[in-house]
Amino acid sequence: MAIRIKQPSVLPGFGLTLGYTIFYLSVIVLIPLSAMFIRAGSLGLGELWEVITSPRVLAAYKLTFGASLVGALLNAVFGFLVAWVLVRYTFPGKRIVDAAVDLPFAMPTAVSGIALVAVYSPSGWIGRYLEPLGIKAAYTPLGVTIALTFIGLPFVVRTLQPALEDLEAEVEEAAASLGATRWQTLRYVIIPTVLPAMLTGFTLAFARAVGEYGSVVFISGNLPMKTEIVPLLIITKLEQYDYAGATALGATMLVISFAILLTINVLQWWSTRHKRGA
Amino acid sequence: MAGTITLRKSAAGTPVRLATGESTAVRWLLIGISLTFLTLFLFLPLAAVFVEAFRKGVGAYLQSFNDPAAYAAIRLTLLVTAIALPLNLVFGLAASWAIGKFEFRGKQLLITLIDLPFAVSPVISGLIYVLLYGIHGWFGPWLAERGIQVIFAVPGIVLATIFVTFPFIAREVIPLMQEQGTEEEQAAITLGASGWQTFFRVTLPNVKWAVLYGVILCNARAMGEFGAVSVVSGHIRGKTNTMPLHVEILYNEYNFVAAFAVASLLALLALVTLVLKSLIEWRTRVQHDQEEPS
Amino acid sequence: MSIEVRNISKRFGNFVALDNISLTVPTGKLIALLGPSGSGKTTLLRIIAGLEQADPDANGQPVGSILFHDEDVARTHVRDRRVGFVFQHYVLFRHMTVFENVAFGLRVLPRKQRPSRTEIADRVHELLRLVQLEGLAGRFPSQLSGGQRQRVALARALAVKPRVLLLDEPFGALDAKVRKELRTWLRRLHDELHITSVFVTHDQDEALEVADEIVIMNQGRIEQVGTPDEVFHHPATEFVMHFLGDVNTFHGRVNQGTIQFSDLELPFPSDRQEINGDARVFVRPYDVTIDTKTNGLPALEAKVVRVHSAGPLVRVELLTKTNQHLTSEISQERFATMNLEVNSTVYVRPRHIRVFASNGTGSR
Repeated sequence: MAIRIKQPSVLPGFGLTLGYTIFYLSVIVLIPLSAMFIRAGSLGLGELWEVITSPRVLAAYKLTFGASLVGALLNAVFGFLVAWVLVRYTFPGKRIVDAAVDLPFAMPTAVSGIALVAVYSPSGWIGRYLEPLGIKAAYTPLGVTIALTFIGLPFVVRTLQPALEDLEAEVEEAAASLGATRWQTLRYVIIPTVLPAMLTGFTLAFARAVGEYGSVVFISGNLPMKTEIVPLLIITKLEQYDYAGATALGATMLVISFAILLTINVLQWWSTRHKRGA
Repeated sequence: MAGTITLRKSAAGTPVRLATGESTAVRWLLIGISLTFLTLFLFLPLAAVFVEAFRKGVGAYLQSFNDPAAYAAIRLTLLVTAIALPLNLVFGLAASWAIGKFEFRGKQLLITLIDLPFAVSPVISGLIYVLLYGIHGWFGPWLAERGIQVIFAVPGIVLATIFVTFPFIAREVIPLMQEQGTEEEQAAITLGASGWQTFFRVTLPNVKWAVLYGVILCNARAMGEFGAVSVVSGHIRGKTNTMPLHVEILYNEYNFVAAFAVASLLALLALVTLVLKSLIEWRTRVQHDQEEPS
Repeated sequence: MSIEVRNISKRFGNFVALDNISLTVPTGKLIALLGPSGSGKTTLLRIIAGLEQADPDANGQPVGSILFHDEDVARTHVRDRRVGFVFQHYVLFRHMTVFENVAFGLRVLPRKQRPSRTEIADRVHELLRLVQLEGLAGRFPSQLSGGQRQRVALARALAVKPRVLLLDEPFGALDAKVRKELRTWLRRLHDELHITSVFVTHDQDEALEVADEIVIMNQGRIEQVGTPDEVFHHPATEFVMHFLGDVNTFHGRVNQGTIQFSDLELPFPSDRQEINGDARVFVRPYDVTIDTKTNGLPALEAKVVRVHSAGPLVRVELLTKTNQHLTSEISQERFATMNLEVNSTVYVRPRHIRVFASNGTGSR
């Protein structure tokens, strides 16, 4: 018997819709992406290695991944707090706050970028109070971190909210009836339960931050070796018609992004398996 | 009322704390910390856009739009969105019909591939089209011979925008169609409906809120995309600048009021998006609650 | 419009859902497909409707046929088969009102065949009257009770004047009381409409009460076809015996015109000579009589273990001297005269037995 790709169904349109889906996906996504990998492959390992290990590139990697990591960690902590407050408590204006969490999704990144400068530059709303304390936010790695925290916030909150809503009150009551303090319940019962969601949110925020461009370039100052992020470096290389360099950088970034995406999928698989086991 | 037992009340009449709640002080402390964090990272930047835009008064704000380049940018943004949105809508519906209503091999892989553009940096989203259609790209020379310009022109901007907004509608509708199954469609078919009739009269009304949700998010991103468009646009003032790119140019020219004025339109778009998004979420939750008890 | 199914098989992976099934449903009858879950009854119904396709042979050639009044519809798309299909979970269109749900089948007709607006409205209201939901035309499915939804689903299926009516566990999702009301109602409705109907159920009471004929299915095969009386009083197989109610089972031996089981020996008529040697003996609880004294007839001595007297009949659980558990059902009147208590010794006599050879079928 021939191996059947599709199970029979009385509904029509499978061939048409799947065909169109694959066609459109190929034209828009798959072919352009593979074009980049093929070009990167044609560079040869030596050249590729040379591009991605030059001091300026290494500095950019360090900044991009470092600031993304710090931003994602900040979001993991404060995102948990925000999600907790939104799920568990009531306070005036809660619905507005809840809706506003998605602002970094909805706001064009260029707008976020210049707005962050207006707030955190030395003459900005908050920057002017940081300046006397010797803290320079804009045009430093700190500024990059602020922008990447901004951009990643919704990911953590939005993945944690449903997980916290799903928590059964009985489990907490059971912990309390066994003599656990509120803190112990949080530490040993609540956090372990929502940990998969937290990790997923953290990874999503990190992945988004690594590739982020618009909200960062205004606040970073873009000094080579100091505050230059990888996406900006790719654009710089393109503007200098250094296609090979841009391709090499783009391909390595993409490989890293895919690795992160894979991690998310594994995490999700792990957490659903976890749930089923419970 | 003698003899009744009042639960959760201590002798003094103050409510006894639930075993699973925090004290009022802790509660307000946590709310306070959260709101401070959100103010620093969300509300202040949002307010800054509007305050900076009106820094020199309403007159200066309005004057900012008295600029052909600004108009051209707005027009281009609307044009690009008007092309990208319907294309991604058709794709999203086709993909969710295939994935949501049929069982076939490789389905999970297909879903992952559809999500792929979310994992790609906006800058790379632009770069890949430069590598394909740019003058040094695969099809660049062939296109140039025929006088077709893709990169540093509108087609490139459209392509990059389609790429970054590619999954928005599909990923909202696919899970819903999967969840709803095929029984209503089977019922429609047994009653004699054709495929199109089934889709437009039964399937589409059932997923309309998810479609609208996806369209709103897709629209916001399409109008606001910066990184990907920046790579393929060429920044030709009045020709290939979208609104976000125009903001950048004005800002880099230290024309802050004008930059924030255009930015304020985009911020307004973001706010409208959030309001609509919340309305749809509320609407679907109400609908869900109505359908649950049976 | 009769339905005839010939040589239909269906597998899902390694699971055999239907194993070469043939079946005839006479015109105007109401037939029940009865069986446990996994017996293939729903699959058979869906194949009759055209929602599933029967398996082809090894070369991909179609096998078997489905005939609606001598017209083979096996290759006809479900859309064109003109069947009324009622789904287990109603499957109403949730965004449409009751009226729109019922009107759907008429509104999707090709323009030439489509009735006018007023004709559609008349037909819908006529059907809503038939299913006693006249006042609810403007409601949405979420505002209806389960029983009301199922009646809307039925009206919707009837709107297109189907040639046959197919119902998949029509009352399966309803609570016990509504189920009972609805099944008497379905029977009355069928008596009014006389449309050839097949319904699937796993509830033997439902099948026995409603159907003209019952098809009992098990593991993809038909065990027995017959009227409710036939299948209930003359079960063809052990499976049917078990499935249609509680039963006491004994291992026995048939030997030269007698049957022995437990420490009882009863005459076994010689016209059933194909059964010889090991056999299984079945006795329905209501065929087990109890006496407090022996009256000379062959009987089993047993002790009362439990008595359940709340109900129309009194159930008495017994343990025989040979350590076999046994249930008897006696009337409340008889129970009142007997003064039974736990541990009373009683004499038990099967009034009516069925015997099947241990390796196959056969009955008395």
